Amino acid sequence: MSPGTRGELILSNINKREFLKISGVLLFGLGSGALLEVLSPGEALNAEEYIADPEALKANSWGMVIDLKIVNEKIIARCIKQCHQIHNVPDIPDKKREIKWIWGELFKSVFPDKGFEYFNIRSDLGNKTIPVFCNHCKEPPCVRVCPTKATFKRPDGIVMMDMHRCIGCRFCMAACPYGSRSFNWMDPKPYINDKNMEYPAREKGVVEKCDFCVERIDKGLQPACVEVSEGSFHFGDLNNPESEVVKLLRTRYTIRRKPELGTVPQIYYLI
Amino acid sequence: MYDKVKITSGILAAIILFTFPLWFNIGKTSIPPAPELTTKAKDARFCVLSKKEMRLEHPSLLNEWRNKAVRKGERIYVSHFTGQHHDISLQNTCMNCHSNKSKFCDKCHTYTGVTGGTSPYCWECHLEPEES
Repeated sequence: MSPGTRGELILSNINKREFLKISGVLLFGLGSGALLEVLSPGEALNAEEYIADPEALKANSWGMVIDLKIVNEKIIARCIKQCHQIHNVPDIPDKKREIKWIWGELFKSVFPDKGFEYFNIRSDLGNKTIPVFCNHCKEPPCVRVCPTKATFKRPDGIVMMDMHRCIGCRFCMAACPYGSRSFNWMDPKPYINDKNMEYPAREKGVVEKCDFCVERIDKGLQPACVEVSEGSFHFGDLNNPESEVVKLLRTRYTIRRKPELGTVPQIYYLI
Repeated sequence: MYDKVKITSGILAAIILFTFPLWFNIGKTSIPPAPELTTKAKDARFCVLSKKEMRLEHPSLLNEWRNKAVRKGERIYVSHFTGQHHDISLQNTCMNCHSNKSKFCDKCHTYTGVTGGTSPYCWECHLEPEES
């Protein structure tokens, strides 16, 4: 008997009622697979999720206030050491190729237009070394010029670097009026003395700078330099009238670097 | 047909030349890579996703991780597989268990030729664990 005649035989032997029953069962069978998928609890939990650390420090606009009455060269040296050790910043002796996230500079060089203004109040100020690093501007020119969005502004105000995207064009370095950025002219790894295995290094051809220790803030820690600054660095929310930094700003006279450029720097120096 | 001998011998030579890799390797077996797990990885029993998912999806998972952590500041991964929270970090989470890069990552990556300075370039910047 061929399969064809057998099939005809079965179909011819059932009545309409039986045919409907069989097709109903078959249809249910077809649909049940999808039904199981929808109803099973394992599948319902399938949504992958990414969350921020609940301990993370939060702010509308992070900023730093630096007390020039307290800060001195010793404190600055300690800040540099701490910052550069944590972030695997290489120690390259060649000044033309060095990498720095935070460093010291003479007041009169940092504020060339204001150097003499304060000599009457504090005669020592002009030749005092003060700490400088990325200003985390409200209107960052580096972010505007970056062609790959490797440097971007976080909603909390931090100007951040995504090293994975940096193509090393150095537009950001040309745009930054504060010289806060360094370029890796060579592989930095051989120049890192004491490697921090919990933090990545960089490769040849990327630009780097201070990022307000985002990896620490996102875990609920203060920036590294603030911790070793003996109370001369104050980190907080500049957009919160109750924050410590805003209260501090109300008490003393403060200046910022090149405010006339309209970059709105977020580092304030207390005179 | 002119130059019958030259043409047919030329065609024959070309066929032999082009199929050389095929018949040269007949009968030879290539050893498939066998990545090794550290005792720490073995004791953990599972990764952030199932073995099958990790084998297939780890490149896209790593890509997603870096974007979430660096660009969004979302540094914790809630796995539907383990139900646990995992810190998003190549150096501190992945390599904490898989601290034997040369016997784990490199095994398959070398075998498949997905290696070297071009792809993947994780280790151009990220520090690989020191192996004893």
